[in-house]
Amino acid sequence: MENIIEVKNISFAYCEDEQNKTSILQDFSLNIEKGSFTAILGHNGSGKSTLAKLLNGLNKPDSGQVLIEGADSADPAHELEARRKVGMVFQNPDNQLVATIVEEDVAFGPENLGFPPAEIRRRVDEALKAVRMYEYRTHAPHKLSGGQKQRIAIAGIIAMEPACIVLDEPTAMLDPRGRAEVMETVRRLNREKGVTIVLITHYMDEAAAADRVVVMDTGKIVLDGPPKEVFSQAETVKRAGLDLPQPTELAYELKKAGIDLPDGIISTEECVAALTGALREE
Amino acid sequence: MLKDLTIGQFFPAKSPLHRMDPRAKLLLLIVYIVFIFIAGNPFSLGLMTLSVAAVLLLSRVPLKIYLKNIKSIWVIVLLTALLNALYVDEGALLCKFWMIQITAGGVQRAVFMAVRIVLLILTSAVLTYTTTPTALTDAIERLLSPLRFVGLGTAVHTMAMMMTIALRFIPTLIEETEKIMNAQKARGADMESGGLMKRVKALLPVLIPLLVSSFRRAYDLAEAMECRCYNGGKGRQRMTQLRFGRVDLVCALLSIAVCTGAVVLNIFL
Repeated sequence: MENIIEVKNISFAYCEDEQNKTSILQDFSLNIEKGSFTAILGHNGSGKSTLAKLLNGLNKPDSGQVLIEGADSADPAHELEARRKVGMVFQNPDNQLVATIVEEDVAFGPENLGFPPAEIRRRVDEALKAVRMYEYRTHAPHKLSGGQKQRIAIAGIIAMEPACIVLDEPTAMLDPRGRAEVMETVRRLNREKGVTIVLITHYMDEAAAADRVVVMDTGKIVLDGPPKEVFSQAETVKRAGLDLPQPTELAYELKKAGIDLPDGIISTEECVAALTGALREE
Repeated sequence: MLKDLTIGQFFPAKSPLHRMDPRAKLLLLIVYIVFIFIAGNPFSLGLMTLSVAAVLLLSRVPLKIYLKNIKSIWVIVLLTALLNALYVDEGALLCKFWMIQITAGGVQRAVFMAVRIVLLILTSAVLTYTTTPTALTDAIERLLSPLRFVGLGTAVHTMAMMMTIALRFIPTLIEETEKIMNAQKARGADMESGGLMKRVKALLPVLIPLLVSSFRRAYDLAEAMECRCYNGGKGRQRMTQLRFGRVDLVCALLSIAVCTGAVVLNIFL
């Protein structure tokens, strides 16, 4: 598979002043495949948000390269193109919306890119339909729920027709219903439209829905693989300061107590099946 | 409560005035204001008054709402009228009382002034009731866009962008103020009692967190805007194109007719 984003041996530090540098990432590499759904997990301060902003050139690496479809994101000539190709959705939906009317907000990206009005209209309508918010197009964003606002923010990114969307903890400020809405939208975009998704989160159940899970700790990748594989390394996940998904945690504890259960349980259904199986054997 | 606040005064309704191009409305408002002051005799001012009344009816906004506007300024109207009546010394003397004298000319000037102020308020109200703040900002940006030829293009765009963002964040910040006030009240802050100074002081613990969080919001928003390829309005295109349509043409022609009528009445009567 072709890689849409290639992070090559980058390092990045925040400078407070000349002497004090807080190094976040060192010699960090990561490839994102086209059309994939990758979840990046890590506790606070693991460098995952910094990484997110490096993926579309909002942060520039101190050394190394971030290639977006082969073009260096640090090159000023590719800056705009990098931002169009890799869209970014942030945590707080309120702080991402620019306009007082939903459809005008969604139009903001394409308007900046200078498309003709008819083309902007088409993209806006399509994006609003893709997040199932079309009937709210003339509403004021401040009267919508958190989940709806976040979907509008996603629509604003989709309207630029990016190849990849990076979502930096998009559900952290939402209620359970809003979280479900946003996750459903993200999954649908990945499956139906083939948009590459990089989801940065600390919710395990969200990560379990991805094809690939990358666990970060203090600026390094500690685990990388399909969710089943990653979560079966219970000890390493816990050492990275993360919790396991609840079904996995339950299976892990039961196994420690001497009950024979299969590896790689991540969903509630799998857990139920494994437990009934174990009970039958008794 | 505060969350239901509508920004600006827009009153949604289906009327030709709502459909008009905001640029046309803004320009016609300016023309009207000029002609309200040009109208110099009872006939021409009467014509202006009639046409404003017609516009009010055409807007399909309940007259009650317009009356509210007048209610809030009647003191100013009265004061201006009174000053005019007292100071203008023209025509026949109507009554004299100690140092105060009222003349026929003074009374006429007073009535004229009062009518003009009322008309001024009403015509401006028509604009704000029939146009959303966003459309208005947009209209201002586009009307000022010729300034780009004297190198002020970015300034105009920046101003308009600032207005849009301000409009967008007013409800958000109001909501946040409420949250902070509740949080401080829960910590025992007393904001409802005491004299003026004490109350102003009690507001500080609300204003400081609000200011700090506004800066954080501004920073977040700037990043989000950058991610959406914003680069200061260079090469920016707009989705909704304003079009000068048939409604605008009809309204403009009618306004020209009324204004010409006012000038004719001014000269010949």
